[in-house]
This record gives sequence, structure tokens and C-alpha cells, in this order.
Amino acid sequence: MAAENNKTIESLDPRITRANITPDNSAEMNDLIHFQTFEVFHQKKRGSQHQHVGIVHAPNADMALLYAKEQYARREVTANLWVAPSSCISATEYHDDDIFQTAPEKLYRNPASYKVMDRIKAFKERGMKPTDEV
Amino acid sequence: MNSIDALKELLYKIADDQLIIGHRNSEWNGLGPILEEDIAFSSMAQDKMGQSEHIYNLLHQLGEKDADTVAFTRNAPQFHNSLLVEQPIGGYDFSLMRHFLFDFADFLRFEDLKNSSYQPLALVAKKFHGEIKYHTMHANTWVHQLGHGTEESNLKMQTALNFVWNMALGIFEPGPAEDILIDENIAMGEKALQEKWLEVVVPLLEKSNLKVPEQSSWNPVYGGRYGTHSEHLQPLLTEMTEVFVIDPTADW
Repeated sequence: MAAENNKTIESLDPRITRANITPDNSAEMNDLIHFQTFEVFHQKKRGSQHQHVGIVHAPNADMALLYAKEQYARREVTANLWVAPSSCISATEYHDDDIFQTAPEKLYRNPASYKVMDRIKAFKERGMKPTDEV
Repeated sequence: MNSIDALKELLYKIADDQLIIGHRNSEWNGLGPILEEDIAFSSMAQDKMGQSEHIYNLLHQLGEKDADTVAFTRNAPQFHNSLLVEQPIGGYDFSLMRHFLFDFADFLRFEDLKNSSYQPLALVAKKFHGEIKYHTMHANTWVHQLGHGTEESNLKMQTALNFVWNMALGIFEPGPAEDILIDENIAMGEKALQEKWLEVVVPLLEKSNLKVPEQSSWNPVYGGRYGTHSEHLQPLLTEMTEVFVIDPTADW
């Protein structure tokens, strides 16, 4: 049995064969390889908000930033990235999610009631500057 | 050697270095130490292959065969890459140290080529800047991390550095027409590049708690720029071109 475990894996993929992997060495995992997670926030352009996009595993913030770049900025237009340890995030409890159920018919709190879009549209249509009188 | 031949020689060695290290580093795909690192390392390997294609396209404009033909139909003695990049990936310690030493040389080479009198090359060098800068950040962060990690990680990186150092010096093997390249402001030349590289990598290695081998022991491994390679290059080329040679005219 011992002899069998020492045999390295032979694969059609030459890279796997070359890696000399013994079937039982996956048991050597320990705490060192369980990195913490970092939450990643992505900013498209300067001045806009950072948006949460996911997590990376890393031993520290510097490495987390390296990985965030490849995972989340490889194919996106990017101005800036933040990472923060997941353990630093405080969250509401899902069993308290009834706090988000607000009373209906509060149109006055809805931004759709404001008339500002009409003004912006009017400015654009007439090629006016924000300081001009409508 | 006229200036066009000198330029071609320079372009071949740059592109061949990038293609071969790109292929080598892509061998870690699926085997990287953690998922995030696997993705990052594979992505950088792809960057390198993409960069080599740009340089092969410049050669094509100068009358050489197209990029695929040049990349996939030459044998080892026709390649101008340094012996450093063709070495097998070994362990992650070796691959990271090679990545560190090679990418800082690559970065400084293209920083210089941004000002090349050969405009198409200067344009390409500007285009590569961001990618290669990230490659150096990735390499330096890892080397710093492992240099300051545990006694074992430091020892592994130090051993890798000692093993690879003379091969890394081989990057700067003088070409057959250094004076033409320098006189015509095409490139600063390998000697000047090596000096710049030492100014950058030696302090970074010291900051990472690693010791550069004693200067009296330096013995650059040359030959690659003139087609003399180790036994490792031809098997790599055979594997890399395995699919291409089945049908060289196939459309992808």
C-alpha cells in the first residue's frame, strides 16, 4: 500500500506528470495555506463610487491587491481598487430584514417627484449653461 | 552588419525571450499554489506571449515571415532567447525568482525602448508599460513576502537566487551589433541595461532579506543570443508546436 502511495500521478497532461504529485500529499494541508479573505471594491473612473465586486484569498493586503487586479480589473476599465479584510465588515442580520419593509405610499420620499430632470433636459435641448435662467 | 540587421537581431531576442518565458510560465496553469495566484500567473504568461506577437509583427514589417511561422517553425538553434527563460519551471521558488529577475530586466528594457529612434518599437514599448509594470509589482511583492516569511521560505528563495543568478546575468549577453544600436539610438545596449538592472534589483533583494551572490562568483551564462541553448529548449519547442504542426495552414 505504501509503495502505491509513493507512485506519482501519470497524466495525459504532461505538466501534471512533471509535477511529481503523489496521491496522498494533499493531506499535508495546514493552517498556512488557509489565507484570510478580502472584500474587493472596484472604481471605474476617478470620482465615481467604488463598487463591491467580490473577494480574494490572500495572506495580506498587498497580495490581495495584486490578486484583485487580476481577478476583477483584467477585463474592466479601472481607475482604482480597494481591498478590506472581510473580518472588518459589519453586517445587519438577515433575521432583521423586516427593518427594510417601509410603509407604502410615501411618494414624497421618492426622487421621481422632483422636477430637476425636466430642467436638465431643458438645458441640454437648448444648449444652455447651468447658470442661465430657464 | 547594417542597422536593419542589428534591429532585427534585437527584436528577435526580445520576442524570443517573451515567447519562451510565456510558454514556460503557462505550464503553471492549473498547478499554481492557490487559485488567485494561478489566475494571475497564467494571465501574465498570456501577456508575455501577446507581447512577443507584437514584436514578431514588427519583424514581419521588416520582411521576416509572419508571427506564427516565426514562432512555431524554427528549431532551437534559430532561437535567440537567453538560457534563463528556457529552464524548466522547477519549483515555485525558482519560477518566482526567475520571474522577478527577468521582469525587472524586461521592464527596464522597454522603459529605454520608449525613446527608441525606431518609432514602431517606441510605440509598442509604450503600449507594454502597464502590463510589465504589474509583472514587476507581482514579482517583487512575492519575493518580499517569501524573503520575510519563515526561515524555510527565506532559505528557498535564497537557494533559488543563488542557482539562477548567473543565468539571469546571461540576459545581458552582448549582441553582434551593440555599437550600431547605441550609435543610432535604437537601444541603450546590453551593458548599460545590465547596470540599470543591478541598480534596481540588488536593493530590492536586500530589502527582501536576500543576499546577491558575491561579485567574484559572477559568471554569466551566455550563448542563447547566438543560438547555443541548453537541452531544455528543443523539448519545449516540440511541445509548444505540437498542435500547429498537425496542420500549419489551419485557420483558428
